[in-house]
Formats: sequence, C-alpha cells, structure tokens
Amino acid sequence: MKRKTKAKLQKRLGIVFCSLVYMFLFLPISVIVVNSMNATTSKPYLSWKGFTLDWYVKLFDNSSLLSSFGNTMIIALVSTLLATIIGTLGAVGMYKYKFRGKSIIDGLLYIPVVIPEIVLGISLLTIFSKVSIPRGMLTLILAHVTFCVPFVIFNVRARLDGYDNSIEEASMDLGANRVTTFFEITLPVLAPGIAGGALLAFTLSIDDVIISYFVNGQTKTYPLKVMESIKSGVAPDVNALSTLILLATVILVVLTQSDLLKRREK
Amino acid sequence: MKSAHAKHEWKSNTLPAMVMVGPVTLCMILLVAIPLIYVGVMSFCSIDQYYNVVFKFTTQNHLRLFSTDYLKIYGQSLAIAFLTTLFCILIGYPFSYLIARTKSKRKKLLYMLVIIPFWTNSLIRIYGWRTFLGTNGWLNTALQFLHLTSEPIDFLFKQGTTVLGMVYCLIPFMILPLYTSIEKLDTNLLEASSDLGAKKISTFLEVVLPLTAGGIFSGSIMVFIPCLGYFFVSDILGGGNSDVIGNLIERQFQSGNNWPLGAALSIILILITLLLVKLYQKMGGDMESLGM
Repeated sequence: MKRKTKAKLQKRLGIVFCSLVYMFLFLPISVIVVNSMNATTSKPYLSWKGFTLDWYVKLFDNSSLLSSFGNTMIIALVSTLLATIIGTLGAVGMYKYKFRGKSIIDGLLYIPVVIPEIVLGISLLTIFSKVSIPRGMLTLILAHVTFCVPFVIFNVRARLDGYDNSIEEASMDLGANRVTTFFEITLPVLAPGIAGGALLAFTLSIDDVIISYFVNGQTKTYPLKVMESIKSGVAPDVNALSTLILLATVILVVLTQSDLLKRREK
Repeated sequence: MKSAHAKHEWKSNTLPAMVMVGPVTLCMILLVAIPLIYVGVMSFCSIDQYYNVVFKFTTQNHLRLFSTDYLKIYGQSLAIAFLTTLFCILIGYPFSYLIARTKSKRKKLLYMLVIIPFWTNSLIRIYGWRTFLGTNGWLNTALQFLHLTSEPIDFLFKQGTTVLGMVYCLIPFMILPLYTSIEKLDTNLLEASSDLGAKKISTFLEVVLPLTAGGIFSGSIMVFIPCLGYFFVSDILGGGNSDVIGNLIERQFQSGNNWPLGAALSIILILITLLLVKLYQKMGGDMESLGM
C-alpha cells in the first residue's frame, strides 16, 4: 500500500516536471501568438493596446516582409533539392566505391555538422569575396547546400547500413542498366532516409540565421528580416507571419502523420 | 588476362563513381576545405588604412588574441557554454527518460511537442523571452499583480539571461540523442538488475547511466560547441554584458571591419572544436550520432 502511494507520487512528480519543461519550450511561442494580436502601432510594440486580428490582414501589405519570406522559401526549396541530390548520390557512391581521398571527404563532411556556424559563415564570406562572387541569392543557396549536404548523407547512410547489395546485382543480371537499377531499385529502398534528410535540410535552411547573416548581401531572408526588426522592436505583423508559419507546419505534420493523435505506433 | 579484367572493371566503375561522388567532393572541397584554409591564411594578413585585407605577413592578429579583454571573454564564453550544457543535461535527462519510457499512447505526440517550437524562427523566440522578461514584460506584470514585488525587477542583460536563452535554443540537441539512447535501453537489463536486489539508485548508476552515456556525450558536443558562437542570443538577451566568442568574431566582420583579426579569432573556435571532438572520440563517441 505504502509502496503504491509512493509510486503514484513519483508518477505525479514526473508529470509535473515534464509539464514544466513543455511550458518552458512553448512560453516564447505564446508570447509571439499574443503579440500578433496586439492593437499597438507604436514602437517597440510592447504595451498591450487591445485585441485585434488586423495584423493578419495587414501583413500582406508589407511587401518587404513578404519578399523576405519568399526568398526564404526559394532558398530552402532550391538548396534542399540540390543537397538531397548531391547527398543521396554521394552517400550511395561512397558506400559502393573505393577511391583515393575517400576518408578525407568523409572527414570533411563532419565539419559543417560540428563546427560553430559562425566559422562556416565567415569562411564562406571571405572566400566569396576573394573570388568576387556577388553576395545574394546565389551565395545564400551555395552556403545552405554546404551545411545541408552532410545531414542528407548521414540520413541516407543510416538506411544503407542494412542495405542488401545482391538486389542490385539481381537487377543488373536481369538486364537492367546502372541508371535503371539506381532509380528502380536503390532509390525506393533508400526513400525513407532521403525523405528524412530532405526534411532536416529544409528545416535547417528556413531557420538559418548565422550563416545567412554573413553571406546575404542585400538579399534578406525571413530570419534576417526578423533580426533587422529586433533593433526597433518586432512589429505585430512579423509575429503574425510567424504564427501563420507555425500553424501551417503543425497542420502539415498532423496531416502527414495522422496516427500522431490516435495511438502509439507499434 | 587477370590485369586486363581488373582494368576493365576499373574503367567501368570510374564514370559512375565520379558521377556519384564528384558533386559532394567538389562541394566539400570548394565550400568547406578551401574556405577554412583561407581563413587560416587570412589570419596572417594585415589591413590597410581603408580596412582592406592586404597580403602582408603579420602575427599581430594572433598576438592580439592574448589581450586581457579577449581572455576574459573566452573565459566568460566557456563558462556560459559549460553552464548551458550542464542545465541541458539536468533538465534534458530526466525529461527524455520520462518521455522515452512512458507507456502513454501519446508518446509520439509528446516527442513531436519537443520539436514543434523549433519550427518557429529562433530569433523571434529569443525575442519572445526578452518580451517576457523585460521590465514591462509578462513576468514583471504578474509579479506586481500578485504584490510579490513593488518595483519591476530587471531580469534582462545578465549572464544568467544569456544562459537561459542558450539552454532554450540548444536543449533539443540534448533531448534528441538522449531520447534515442534511452529508448534503446533493454528493459530486461533493468529488471534483471532489480531482481538481483539492486536498489533503484544503483540500477540507475550502474546500468542505465553507463548505457546512455553515449547520448549524454553527443548531446554535450552538440550543445557546448554552438554555444560559443551563438552571438545573437547574447546580443538580444545579454545586452553586451555576456559576449561569447561569436560576438567578437561577428564584430570584426561587421562594424569592426578587421577581417584578419576576425579570422584569427575563428581559429580559436576551430581549435576548441577539434579538441572537443578528439576528446569525444577518445571517450568512445560515435561521429555518426552527431548528425541527427
């Protein structure tokens, strides 16, 4: 009996602790959502002037905000696509073939993962300025591809660990060429790893602040726009856009993983 | 005959190997290796009176790294990173343990709820903390409403606030590897341990902790290192009172406009990273688990 109450108490303590951690994680989000409905129009937009949903309409008149969001989406989509192609080919190629310098490439892949982003950012900035590539959309995409490729490779590699080479041989024995075999046999097997890597790449790209900060030139991404606005106070329309983005991602996840709200996966 | 066959095989494999590995090789060499080497080279360069980088050899930048002002900030930055890592473990471990071992049907949802906040831009969330903690913020309003304080308390722009922001930004990088390593734990081992008469504490210390140490190590690497560079957190929450090494570098590439000095400062971060990764590998850490 005594033991039971103790176990119960422990369980309750656990629930309280986890709830506190979730509160910690979601607290700034609630600040963003509440501030997106603040009727204030004067900087730094901190005092509460009553409830309004106007900002959700007005944000569509803020062309610089919208274009920064557009830039972020373009950069994220293009660099995710490129990083996924480069990473998938690279992971499979490095798994199948031995070549000189392989271990060097392998070692280089870890650098973008572990090194502080600021170091990657300034190193790209210095090299872009050395070879006089004008900073803008192109340099942003190159930089994002650079830090996304390793994450795609590691995800695909995790799938390759249990990969059975003989199914490829069977395909080639049956007369399929390399290209057909790659698209019809290899890719479908690796698909979950590729998808996971691409999703991670996309997430990293849309939220990147530090590396973009150094290589952007005049092309503002959404995080850089936020950074700029922080100096004078983040306006409610920026909060409104953030709320919409969050809402969209949550809906997307609920739709794609509909079992999420039902029951635990077996 | 044999060598001809080998030659044929080599030839037939060269093209596909190049197509597959070529792009990633180019990407890593041109955009990672060469830029980093160039940073090393630049740290030995000088600047002219217009702040342009000139290729005139100097060790001046490296000598400046040892000025007392800078040494103080390295110490501060390491202390902030250490405290951040410690808090991430202290909060992240029990939390990951509880959600990884829950029997609740909503386990997957509980896991997703950790990730969802991180789909909102990190700057705006850090700014959310500033709004919450400011003198006119929610926290002070609540405290005054409850008559717990008559004057607003200044929570902002202290080292502790920066640590709070860092913990907030980086804790998922601790929780996710811990969750993975705890979920992999074999329940039979825990039962065996308690069947053999071990107390909960000793089961934890002698079975659970050693088996999940890998998660703690990789989480610590993924928290400690970025913490040294996250200049925007100390900018927004620290207000110049809690600079990290990243702030020093950022200043030299922006307002300070002394790129060679900034490059020399980056070398410090590169060295710390190398040192910690070597240590991590020595302790049996798996490099692959850093990428997730």
